[in-house]
Order: sequence, then structure tokens, then C-alpha cells
Amino acid sequence: MSTTERKKSGRRRVGAGRIFTHVVLAAFALTTLAPFLWMLLTSLKPLGEVQAINPIPTEWRFDNYAEVLNHKDISFKRYYFNSVFVAAWVTFLSCLTSAFAAYAFSRMRWPGRDHVFKLYLGTMMVPGVVTMIPNYALMVKLHLLDSYMGLIVPASFTAFGTFLLRQFMMTIPPSLDEAATIDGASHWRIFWDIILPLSRPGLIVLSIFTFMGNYGSFFWPLVLIKSEHLRTLPVGMLYFDTIYGRQTNLIMAASVMNILPLIILFLVMQKYLVQGIQLGAVKG
Amino acid sequence: MRKGQSTTIIAMLFLLPNFLGFGVFMLGPVLFSLGASFTNWNLMRTVPLRWVGLENFAKLFSSQEFWLYFINTVYLMLGMPVSIAGSLLLAVALSRKIRGVVAYRTLFYLPSFTAGVALLILWKALYNPSFGPINVVLDHALDLIRPHADLQPPQWLASTRNLLGLAVEYVGIEWSQFGLGARDAIIIMGIWTTIGGANMLLYLAGISNIPQELYEAAEMDGAGTWAKFRHVTWPQLAPTTFFIVIMSFIGGLQGGFEQARVMTLGGPARTTTTLSYYIYIKAFEEFQMGYASAVAWVLFAIVFAITLVNWRFGSRYVNY
Repeated sequence: MSTTERKKSGRRRVGAGRIFTHVVLAAFALTTLAPFLWMLLTSLKPLGEVQAINPIPTEWRFDNYAEVLNHKDISFKRYYFNSVFVAAWVTFLSCLTSAFAAYAFSRMRWPGRDHVFKLYLGTMMVPGVVTMIPNYALMVKLHLLDSYMGLIVPASFTAFGTFLLRQFMMTIPPSLDEAATIDGASHWRIFWDIILPLSRPGLIVLSIFTFMGNYGSFFWPLVLIKSEHLRTLPVGMLYFDTIYGRQTNLIMAASVMNILPLIILFLVMQKYLVQGIQLGAVKG
Repeated sequence: MRKGQSTTIIAMLFLLPNFLGFGVFMLGPVLFSLGASFTNWNLMRTVPLRWVGLENFAKLFSSQEFWLYFINTVYLMLGMPVSIAGSLLLAVALSRKIRGVVAYRTLFYLPSFTAGVALLILWKALYNPSFGPINVVLDHALDLIRPHADLQPPQWLASTRNLLGLAVEYVGIEWSQFGLGARDAIIIMGIWTTIGGANMLLYLAGISNIPQELYEAAEMDGAGTWAKFRHVTWPQLAPTTFFIVIMSFIGGLQGGFEQARVMTLGGPARTTTTLSYYIYIKAFEEFQMGYASAVAWVLFAIVFAITLVNWRFGSRYVNY
């Protein structure tokens, strides 16, 4: 085969490869999108059409959304508030405590630091159900069963947050705080004035992860909450589905409203998130 | 020396807020539940609290239930290799310089970002045997071959069938059970949810860190697309794959609770009851906290052992 021939066939192969890549990606994209599309279309159908084979509503009922929001038995707006309220508090508390701990693990030298860190990280392997049983009993003892405090406090101290922020703080050049130390700055000043502002992208990533994780949290609110007015979205959705499961159009409208804040959050914060996921693992 | 000591004290102060909460809600409970697993602790106080030694564990391992649920848990993890391979495939495709990469990436990430009760309820509707869209489409497709073979679409979440022919209610094989059922439905949904998620992003990052010279050298040796993947991309991604496999095992062994609670209540015939759902039932519906703690610790031990094996086995193949 002459050089020109090889070049030509090589180019043709690349061209075919490109088309193949596009076909694969498009097929995956369609499979990913189809369930969401069905959810959206069904949420706009009248009740009589939810079992129809045609996925497109013949009559577009945007009222379904209002009906869910103003439902007589299901206080959807309340669930929204509860989920956002609890998730926001947990996010604030766990970012704060994680940032302190991450500073001690990344920018300070003390005997046994790395051993303590490894042990601390090892606890991430403990299944959630192991701690959930004693924690439930603890909540009973402290009279925090069925309360916002019971939802917020136990979720606010995580090894994951410390780990993520530590990874981030490790990437900040040591020369910065060395210079500050020579100038006589205390650890508190270095933390507050130098490291914390420089860790902003890491804090944003951790905030998003913590917020969405707790917004969708299911197991703990399910066992802890008994009162209707304290239900978070996932638990409220479960009861809505249990009682009104046959009204698929309303259930789907509720589902759309449930995931909409996440989609918006994701689209706005996408840049940070992709970085954060990669930081959390690859550099570990 | 004095300076070192004071630094240690300040470090402890920085750790204090997190460690305080961590001790109360994590470390303390872990130890407490270990102790509880040797008692007959019942939150409803139907029986006086008593130390029962290994009784919970003996009861557990001799019960058929535990082994059935263990098998269910492992069965649901069979989708893992498919999901991981899919993530790798998508990452490789997305790492080629083509148009619309960001749009594709965003779209693929959507299911794992929105995963939760809302999507589980959605999939329950999609899997509805009679009017769910999946069976509507399958039914049309099967119409084409009906003149030759009378095939019906699967009953999905209502069916005990599975691809290994696992028997119902006892540990064994029963070929009449061969087919697609609730467990397979959960697996397929799981693949859809995770394939474009964090694993894909990790692979994308891993690929972008591979030095371009390696590919150029391979091209000089006449390597084609497959050879480049096999001899450059795949070995270079070994640390990423290793991390993903470990995390998937840890997650998979603890999995199945949300699916069971929202979609199937562990049925039909308890075929979608996993260990984590079993613990939930024992602890929070029957309030047998001692027994549930024992099951939880067995689960922990399995997770720990598997992670250790992965570590030993995997780190041999990883060149950092």
C-alpha cells in the first residue's frame, strides 16, 4: 500500500468512526431522555388518557400541576419547604464543620495525622443501616423523633465532606500560608483569610452534593417522621403514590416538580460539579 | 517542641466540631450497634432486655430468609459490569473531539443527578405490565414474530422470574423461573440511572489525563483504534476502574432499599428483598433492634471483606 493510499483509507476510517460515535451517543441520548419525556407528557394528560397507548395528550392539562400543589390531602408545598429547609441547614452545618476539620487534616502538621485520617475515612465503608438503628434509639431518648432537629443534626457531620475539602485544600500551594506564618498570622487567620476564600470552588461543590443528597434523602426521614406536616418531598411522594397511585398524571406532575429544582441546580452549577466529582476520586 | 504541642492543640480545636458530631452520630452508634447485636433488644419492650450471645447470628445464618436475601442482593449487582463498561464506552466516545460533547454529557448525567423516589415512581409506571410504555412497545415488537412464536412481554415488577432460574422461597434452581422479572427490571433501571453518572465523569477525567505521547507512540507502531484502546487507554485507566469497582461493590451490597420500599415492597414473593430492606423491616417495622443490628453487622463484615479482597486483588494490576 502506498503512503497516499494508506492516508486516504485512514481518513475514511476516521470519518466512519465519527459517524459511528455519533450514532452510539444519539442512541444513548434517546434512551436517557425517553423516560423523562414520558413523565412530562403523562403529567399533562387528563386522567382518562393515562392508560392510552398514545404518549401525546389530546388535551393538554397544565392544571394538573395546580391540582397537585393545592391538593386537599397532600401538602406538596409544605414538603417542598421541608426538604429545602432541612437540606439547607444540613448543607450549612456540614460545610462549616468539614472545612474546619479539612484544614486540620491538610494544612497543619501534628503527630499521627495521616493515620487518624485513614481511620476516619475508613468509616465511610460502614453501611448507613448500621448507625441508623442506634441513632433512631438516640432520637427517641432525646425526644427528637418527628422533629426538624432530628432530621438536621445527625446528618450534619460527615467524613465525606472533610475528605472532599481536604483534597481541595491539598491543591493550594503551601507557600501561601508559609508566608503568612512568617508574617505572624495565627492558624485561625490563615484559615479564615487565606484558605477558606481559596477553597470556594470546593465549598461550592460540597454544598451542591450535600444539598442534593439531603433534598432526596429517603431512609432517615421515612423512619423518623410521623407527622404529615414534617414530611419531606421523597416521603411525601411515597405516601402520595401509595394513596393516589392510580392518578398517574398527578403523580407524574408531582415527580416533575420534585426533580425540577435538581435539574436547574445542575444546569447552573454544572462546571463546578464535574470538577468536584473528578477531584473527589482521582486525586485520592 | 512547645510550638509542635500548641499546633497539635489548635489542630484538635479545628477538628472538634466535626469530631464531636461524628463521635455521637457515627462512631458511638457503630460500637453501640455491635453491642446490641448480641442482645434481644426490642424497641417495643415486649421482652426484657437480655444478653443472648451469638444467638442472633446463629438464627440468622441458619434461616433460609437470610440466604435468599443475600442472593437477591448479589443478583441485583449483576448489572454492575454492564453499567461500568457502558460508562467507559460513553466516556471514550465523549473524549473524541466531536460536536455536542457538553450537551451529551449533561444529558447522560441527568438520571443519576435526579435519582431518587420520584424516578423510582416513574419507573414503576414505565414497567406497568399492561399499560406501561415499555410493554406497549415490546408488545408491538413481538407482534412481528407472533406468527412464528407466541411470546408475551415480561410481567416485570409483578414477576418472580429471573435470568439465572433462581427458585422462589428456597435456595436453588428451578428452570420454570427462567425469564425476566422484578429483579431484572430493577437491574435495567439501575443501569439506566448510573451509566452516565459519576463513573462516566471519572473515566472522562482519567482519559483526559492520559499523555498524548502514548497514543502517538502507539500510532507509530501501527496501532489501530482497538489496539490503542487495549494497550494504552485501558491500562492507563486501571486506577480509575479499580476505584469504581470498589465503590460499586460497597454501594451494591448496601443497595436495594429504596427500590424495594417504593416499587415492590420487597415482592413478589420477597424476590426483591435485599439485605438492607430486610434490616429496615426488622428494625423499623418489627422493632427487633438487636436482631436487625446483627444483620447490619453481617452486612458490614461482607462489605469490609469484599473491599479487602478487591484491594489485594486489584492493586496488583494497578500501576500508580
